[in-house]
Amino acid sequence: MAQNTRTVPVGTPTDVTQNHVKGGIGESTLRPDGTLKVTGEFAYSSDMWHEDMLWGQILRSTVAHAEIVSIDTSEALTMDGVYAVLTHEDLPAAKNYGMEFQDTPVLAYGKVRHHGEPVALVAADHPETARRAAAKIKIEYRELPVVTDEASALAPDAILVHENRDDHHSGHVPHPNIVHRQPIIRGDAAAAAERADVIVTGEYTFGMQDQAFLGPESGLAVPAEDGGVDLYVATQWLHSDLKQIAPCLGLPEEKVRMTMAGVGGAFGGREDISMQILASILALRTGKPVKMVYNRYESFFGHVHRHPAKLWYEHGATKDGKLTHVKCRIVLDGGAYASSTASVVGNASSLSIGPYVVEDVEIEAIGLYTNNPPCGAMRGFGAVQACFAYEAQMDKLAAKLGMDPVELRQLNAMEQGTIMPTGQVVDSPAPVAELLRRVKARPMPPERQWETAGEGADVRALPGGLSNTSHGEGVVRGVGYAVGIKNVGFSEGFDDYSTAKIRIEVINGEAVATVHTAMAEVGQGGVTIHAQIARTELGVQQVTIHPADTQVGSAGSTSAGRQTYMTGGAIKNSCEIVREKVLEIGRRKFGSYHPAWANAELLLEGGKVVTDGGEALATIADVLEDQAVEVEEEWRHRPTQAFDLVTGQGDGHVQYAFAAHRAVVEVDTELGLVKVIELACAQDVGKAVNPLSVVGQIQGGTTQGLGVAVMEEIIVDPKTAKVRNPSFTDYLIPTILDTPTIPVDYLELADPNAPYGVRGIGEAPTLSSTPAVLAAIRAATGLELNKTPVRPEALTGTL
Amino acid sequence: MRVNFTVNGRPQEADDVWEGESLLYVLRERLGLPGSKNACEQGECGSCTVRLDGVPVCSCLVAAGQVEGREVVTVEGLAEYAKEREAHGGCASGACGTSVDAAKRWEAKPAQDSQTGEGVELSPIQQAFIDAGAVQCGFCTPGLLVAADEMLERNPSPTDADIREALSGNLCRCTGYEKILDAVRLAAARQERQGEAV
Repeated sequence: MAQNTRTVPVGTPTDVTQNHVKGGIGESTLRPDGTLKVTGEFAYSSDMWHEDMLWGQILRSTVAHAEIVSIDTSEALTMDGVYAVLTHEDLPAAKNYGMEFQDTPVLAYGKVRHHGEPVALVAADHPETARRAAAKIKIEYRELPVVTDEASALAPDAILVHENRDDHHSGHVPHPNIVHRQPIIRGDAAAAAERADVIVTGEYTFGMQDQAFLGPESGLAVPAEDGGVDLYVATQWLHSDLKQIAPCLGLPEEKVRMTMAGVGGAFGGREDISMQILASILALRTGKPVKMVYNRYESFFGHVHRHPAKLWYEHGATKDGKLTHVKCRIVLDGGAYASSTASVVGNASSLSIGPYVVEDVEIEAIGLYTNNPPCGAMRGFGAVQACFAYEAQMDKLAAKLGMDPVELRQLNAMEQGTIMPTGQVVDSPAPVAELLRRVKARPMPPERQWETAGEGADVRALPGGLSNTSHGEGVVRGVGYAVGIKNVGFSEGFDDYSTAKIRIEVINGEAVATVHTAMAEVGQGGVTIHAQIARTELGVQQVTIHPADTQVGSAGSTSAGRQTYMTGGAIKNSCEIVREKVLEIGRRKFGSYHPAWANAELLLEGGKVVTDGGEALATIADVLEDQAVEVEEEWRHRPTQAFDLVTGQGDGHVQYAFAAHRAVVEVDTELGLVKVIELACAQDVGKAVNPLSVVGQIQGGTTQGLGVAVMEEIIVDPKTAKVRNPSFTDYLIPTILDTPTIPVDYLELADPNAPYGVRGIGEAPTLSSTPAVLAAIRAATGLELNKTPVRPEALTGTL
Repeated sequence: MRVNFTVNGRPQEADDVWEGESLLYVLRERLGLPGSKNACEQGECGSCTVRLDGVPVCSCLVAAGQVEGREVVTVEGLAEYAKEREAHGGCASGACGTSVDAAKRWEAKPAQDSQTGEGVELSPIQQAFIDAGAVQCGFCTPGLLVAADEMLERNPSPTDADIREALSGNLCRCTGYEKILDAVRLAAARQERQGEAV
């Protein structure tokens, strides 16, 4: 069973003094789960196993929009090895769930609203038996017209994806097929447009991206003697899952005990529930442990995707390059169920003009209900689509003004003190111009790297690579730049907090700390830095990271770049309280022996209580003896405000993150093949708590942006709303051959409001990567290219 | 059906195997070796890479019956495999591959501490992945390790282009591959230094 308790080994030696523990913040300590992960011992959610377990299988809809006329399970039920076949009629309690809107059926009833929606459920003693039984369930559909875009969603006779909506946005939206609408009006864009010497407009299309985490949705549900269930799953937020699961099982939350199983990547795709409720229902129904594992095909239907978007922009500038105004309209396709669409709309709207100073704006963002696959969270969350468009606009504007595109950006770059379109003042460093300067100043990668000393070309360095499609003929280089702005943490007045339980005690004569949080480790390295923070704050060498579960308070989601800030902040805060308690015990015990104990500035360092002058007063072990100190506390970032529904004004965000990219590409203009040669990034990270992990996050985020630029898109048939490429054969993500070198240059400009000055890092690099690559391809080809991804046919005119 | 084969040097017997089961399924669900991963189960991602008679293959594409009487090495046996290889002359010559006799002489040893993995002896490529920061979520790691180890066996001093070519069948979604390249370079450099020291 997954018991991922682990003592954190200390990483590479550094030059810390004797008095300090090694492996505190700022050091590149190594992952505590590294050894388990390289030996194959790490227990991912799909590795769970239990004596006598059954396998669960979902039957999903083959059509996008239809009434369910009948479901016949009789043949499936008679198969050997089948233990249960369930439909919506068998659901024990609440029939719907959802993070922000409870609009998602556990199993479809009445209607299906998108291709691949769960309709029935099987448990059998072998996964193949379960699959075959599911295939024997007969469902009769009466197909309905599909809503697939803004025109079909808002037409006068538009069919409603959800009738009788009653949610927190249904009262203000202009149409029931609009999940949420967020306008932002500031200044007078119409009047400002009169002052513009140059105006550029553009229409942009952003394709649907998949998170494509490698560990499939999976887990194990074990029925318990008390009528509850023990659930081992991979998720981004245990407590959010719990709140949605318990009502659907008809159980109180304390009878649904959740433990984090190993998570094989997330990127937003595990914010929503996948198999959690279904496996639990099967386990409770059969009285046996039930394992569920999606295959890759099912995974494409098993989680939400990044919202595809249409974006219209108008930018104006004076002849010397100062932006006069921006007008934009962003239409995000939320698909059949809301997921986090409303929050994505808020982000897209509030971040829609990018990291620039613009006083006069007219912004509108809407999220639609359609019969396309549901869309929700993915790394970058609404800011990615906008960045692709506003950065294309900045290049267009620079071209029309005859200016250098980087200089135009620097001229209009926001800085600390700039007012956002929402009226919020950016009150910590915003080194936008400096990030651009850094990527631009970097030396260019050498030209014609495919040329070898001998004869012939190394085709591996050319577009087309091992396909040997070119030896350099028709290959043109291009360079492009982009910069972006992303919010960090949960916004718009959400009560965003994390909880940390910290324990310090003496084991074998040494003070050791235990960190217990519900933080989802999805690969980002939270477990590494949790130990670093505890070492720094408590001055102990040995730190044990307790498995994440629901026996401790919520950590909030591992998303929005928030965990180092939030759970890191919670750990720091709880450690500070623990430290005070330890010092209190010390003062009681030893206070009379040394006047320094009365000094308020005592620290815990190197396993000792020391004065700020460095004098050691006692070991922590002597202070504590057999006493343990344990603290569990919630910790919050400063509050935010909702955006006004008419003007969009409000201090909606906690913190902003900035990254810039320079892309160098080579394009085989005859075949339309693109090779990205280098994708350099500069980013302000506030404080690099673990430099090795920081660079890894930036490189990973950059690569996901590269994928969108040149290959990634879930293709949905506009006539049927069916997904056409649910596999890694047809949905491509970058391989090591597609990914260039990614030099990273990070700044550490502390945010005074954040613990240690940290700034969320995971998302910003995913924003500017895509438009930088697009700009470079435009520079190489002279083509306009207003759509992601850029496929060969877009470059050769054979579209 | 019953399938007899050798995994990480140990003879194994899997019973009641359905003819449609893959080697990956048998390893993961019947033999308790879940280290080989199931990211796509269609031969596109490389996360299930194992060595079959020395050759790297996607175990999801190998029918269980095809391994009858053959030798399989998984990530769980990688450290021992590398140790044996070094003990028996390494592979600097480029004429590599482990003979069946050699493979049979060793067995994978379980981790000393199954909770933390601490105290476990690692192969150079495994250690390099940890040291270089090449592991994030880690789901692609086992397949990459098996593939990278096999490449270093054939080509102890690979160029970047060689590394990229050899690992092009292994998808990673977290790292952007930069630190994976670092890890392979590091393992090659350490291997070279060790070779010089000998």
